[in-house]
Amino acid sequence: MAASASQRIILDARGSFCPGPLMELIRGIRQAKAGEELEVWSSDQGSRKDIPFWIQKAGHQLLGVVEEQGYARFIVKKLK
Amino acid sequence: MKKVVILGGGVAGTIVANLLAKKLRPDEAEITVVDKTGRHVYQPGFVYVAFERQKPEKLVHDERKLLRKRVKLVVGEAVKIDAEGKEVTLADGKVLEYDRLVVALGARLTPDELPGYNGAAHHFYSLEGAVELRKALESFRGGKIVVTVASVPYKCPPAPSEAACQLDYYFTKRRMRDKVDIHFLSPLSRIFPLEPVNPVVEKVFTEHNVRFTIFFNAESIDPKAKTVNSIEGETVPYDLLVMVPPHRGAKVVEDSGLGDRGGWLPTDKATLRTKAHPDIFAAGDCTDVPVSKSGAAAHFQAKVIAASVVADLRAEPATARYDGHVMCYCDAGYHKGIAMSFDYEHPPVPPPLGLKDWLGKRFLNRVYWLLVPAGRV
Repeated sequence: MAASASQRIILDARGSFCPGPLMELIRGIRQAKAGEELEVWSSDQGSRKDIPFWIQKAGHQLLGVVEEQGYARFIVKKLK
Repeated sequence: MKKVVILGGGVAGTIVANLLAKKLRPDEAEITVVDKTGRHVYQPGFVYVAFERQKPEKLVHDERKLLRKRVKLVVGEAVKIDAEGKEVTLADGKVLEYDRLVVALGARLTPDELPGYNGAAHHFYSLEGAVELRKALESFRGGKIVVTVASVPYKCPPAPSEAACQLDYYFTKRRMRDKVDIHFLSPLSRIFPLEPVNPVVEKVFTEHNVRFTIFFNAESIDPKAKTVNSIEGETVPYDLLVMVPPHRGAKVVEDSGLGDRGGWLPTDKATLRTKAHPDIFAAGDCTDVPVSKSGAAAHFQAKVIAASVVADLRAEPATARYDGHVMCYCDAGYHKGIAMSFDYEHPPVPPPLGLKDWLGKRFLNRVYWLLVPAGRV
């Protein structure tokens, strides 16, 4: 069952240039437990490439990317 | 009389104290700096200590001599911040009350957080660490040197790649570069944190035969097998490991329940007031402000904080804002350097690698003591 949005760990990295948002996600993943969901918010265009690329390499799951006004929310599940 | 207490006698704390002493009349406020050691350390010089280009003692000055006379210096450690009662308790039991508090305690190195780090890895993130690395390099007779970071965030994002360049230059000068394999492991999607500068650094690495692997976030070190393992599932062997240790925010911030999960102090990125307590300001490496943890950021933030504290104490509107400005110089070896300047709205536009910025870095390292702590620039 998917965790509801309120249970997710939110990492707000808006206003931070790349690689700030990816660094936030890596920090968040380290601190989270397997199975937990995280959302990283980024207003940086570079994140669109970097974040999915890293999630794939690190073996986690990208549940979705939600476009908001001026930023994107990357929803990630820590798998291991 | 109003009271301003500043925790930390590093770049930000010293500049804030000196600017307040300049701007506020003696009868307006009492200004106190609390520093654990009473010594002011120029951290950008550490890397040069490791490569035998800087004497360690030149990087340390007496904090008292850098502060204006009317600033009180208390050598001691703050162990508790009572944000509601507006007072700070020191390790010796002394209590300091404040009207405005400035937290400028820097980042804390926490090597215990990475399994296997202690005893296996070298670094240049403290003066002692840089001296130990210098000895290890002196006795190195050849093999594989891995350069990487234990975790993010860490101070001075370009420092690891600068160290890789310095290793190449150092062993070239010692005429044993052919016996040394330098392997750089980056936690990110590229070797240099700032995207616009990455192609320049990648070119330097390629030209100087520095190997690199991206997306390597260290999970543990196996000192027996001499390998470092990543959360992405890779294992890399080493003969000498140069690894930036894990960092956390200031201990007193964590112990007082004011930090986030990494111990960083949640701080408004423009006003530099802490989010939970507007009468507490925070500057430099100890905050969660989304800029590089660097002396330059601390320097520019200090000016905003000093202006805001003056406005607050005079019951005037505080209008100063930090724009995210950071600047830094990187030394690529062979008398070549690169300068970067950027803020929240403007990414860096790197000029070409060259002698000018290498000289700029040398110049800054020399004039720092004269200009920066006093708040002259």
